[in-house]
Amino acid sequence: MNASLAPSIDAPLVNATRFRQAHSGDWDRLDALVTRLEKKSIRSLGDDDLLELPALYRTTLSSLAVARDTSLDKSLITYLEQLCTRAYFQIYGVQTPAGRQILRFFARSWPEAVRAIWRETLFCVVLTAGAALVAYLLIRSDPSWFYSIIPQGLAGGRDPSASAEYLRSTLYDKQKDWLGVFATFLFTHNSQIAIFSFALGFAFAVPTVLLILYNGLMLGAFVAVFAAKGLGWNVAAWLMIHGTTEIFAICISGAAGIRIGMAIAFPGRLSRMDAVVAAGRTAATAMAGTVIMLAVAGLLEGVGRQTILNDGLRALIGGAALAGWLVYFYAWSWKPSEHGK
Amino acid sequence: MASKALTPKSLRRTFVTPEGVDLRLELGSGGARAGAFLIDLIIMIVILVVVTIAALMMAVPGAQSFLLVLWLLGFFVLRNGWFTLFEMGSRGATPGKRLMGLRVVARDGARLTGAAVIARNAMREIEVFLPLSFLAQQTAEGTADTFLTLFALVWSGIFLFFPLFNRDRLRVGDLVAGTWVVQVEKVKLTEDLVGSAYRPRRTFPESALKLYGIYELQTLEQVLRNEQADAVMTVARTIRDKAGLPDDGDDYGFLSDYYAALCARLEAGLMVGRRRDTKFD
Repeated sequence: MNASLAPSIDAPLVNATRFRQAHSGDWDRLDALVTRLEKKSIRSLGDDDLLELPALYRTTLSSLAVARDTSLDKSLITYLEQLCTRAYFQIYGVQTPAGRQILRFFARSWPEAVRAIWRETLFCVVLTAGAALVAYLLIRSDPSWFYSIIPQGLAGGRDPSASAEYLRSTLYDKQKDWLGVFATFLFTHNSQIAIFSFALGFAFAVPTVLLILYNGLMLGAFVAVFAAKGLGWNVAAWLMIHGTTEIFAICISGAAGIRIGMAIAFPGRLSRMDAVVAAGRTAATAMAGTVIMLAVAGLLEGVGRQTILNDGLRALIGGAALAGWLVYFYAWSWKPSEHGK
Repeated sequence: MASKALTPKSLRRTFVTPEGVDLRLELGSGGARAGAFLIDLIIMIVILVVVTIAALMMAVPGAQSFLLVLWLLGFFVLRNGWFTLFEMGSRGATPGKRLMGLRVVARDGARLTGAAVIARNAMREIEVFLPLSFLAQQTAEGTADTFLTLFALVWSGIFLFFPLFNRDRLRVGDLVAGTWVVQVEKVKLTEDLVGSAYRPRRTFPESALKLYGIYELQTLEQVLRNEQADAVMTVARTIRDKAGLPDDGDDYGFLSDYYAALCARLEAGLMVGRRRDTKFD
């Protein structure tokens, strides 16, 4: 200020220069830390770095605020903006470690999400049961209904014209060679269906409801075919060993889709956007869980059912699995948020 | 606002940090998003083809069913896990997004939860995979009639172009998950155009510095940083004509001096609360 005689000998001409001189060391340091965080993980930083990170972040952020108001160097402001953005997402947007996330998912998120959509789940269960009953009654009164419900390829000869011996053989004969393949195929196929019924919920849940309805119809149709030949109890046990888990999982994924569809159609007190996001995250957690349930069902179906031929044991395993899921989802709850958020 | 009028279709969004500073996030453009998806798709297809060929070559009798199990599981994980697992990582981006400088973040600025990532990617099933696999299956069976093809095209068209019909470039998946995709390119700190050692050789009369505002100054900055000979020449000639200054044969030097003088003048104006955004102000 006292250099009135030679105003520009030492003083920089523009603010950007003063600014760069004063702070570029801090910016470089933050840049290096954030780059390391992005490339590796939080563990690659030492204690000193960790203490320094938030301080450097705040310094740089205030640099940005001041630079916007006092400096006209566009590339400087662009640089600070992107550096602050990268630092922000490393500090505030960072993921919890995978291990803790998985633990949290099983301990809290999953059962809570399933509990949150209990109404929709109940609706899906009732819908499945109702559709199964309708199909059962229709086919018992007129077997030709079967062909309009089940496509030819899927029946695999298990239609009303099949003999009792053949039907019995499909329940108890072992497929030795391709056991694992069969189980894996069922798992991936069913999981894909579960993900579809979640995603289709976006169309006001109509396709999801149709999917659940059709699933129930097929169930009733198969039972009717076997029951007509006096194999009702046998087919029930055959279905139960994996079906309790599988049908429950399909119902939950359907419920997840319905939750999204309902949030779009009737957002309630929230704005439509907020309602959809809240529903979407709950539903996604429940849907991810059904993939695990379907893996269990695939194991029970592909391996358990092929090796256990006793009807009572089959029913017992199916019943126990269902009881286990019910207790896990609805009865058993952890102490409310002791770990904080 | 003048700056808004100059960039009518801006993808910049206000995003205030807890410290109270607006980061002005830039959203990923439709083109960048599509490019990232195509890159991911190509990588996935290449992996699938290579693994399948490798599995076929290793398929000795006895190991077949085991390999088939692995293949089925691998296909499932590739299809459903590729996007989800990568976006759950600390970069919040798949390889394709990383190449395009994109990142998935929560719209409310909170941390990106696993549930949000799963939700946004499960929606891909109806956006892309459903119409594709539907069409592929029908074509393979030779039963794809015009109506079905048309339906699949319209269906995927609605979802495919959904991001272009909303201001924030949201996919249906982003909508449901509460996320959006932002541009996070790593920018190097560029050199100071007016360093502390910089000594202007020219002085400009007041009338020559009164011509322009901040927008023009920053455009000039771009020209100086790009160092394209013809652009430098054109801009230098325009300014000389307007200000009535003589041509001294050194275009770049002239522009650098003019930039420094104009910048100092406009900054001095800022200090006393007189902001001149464009030459029209």
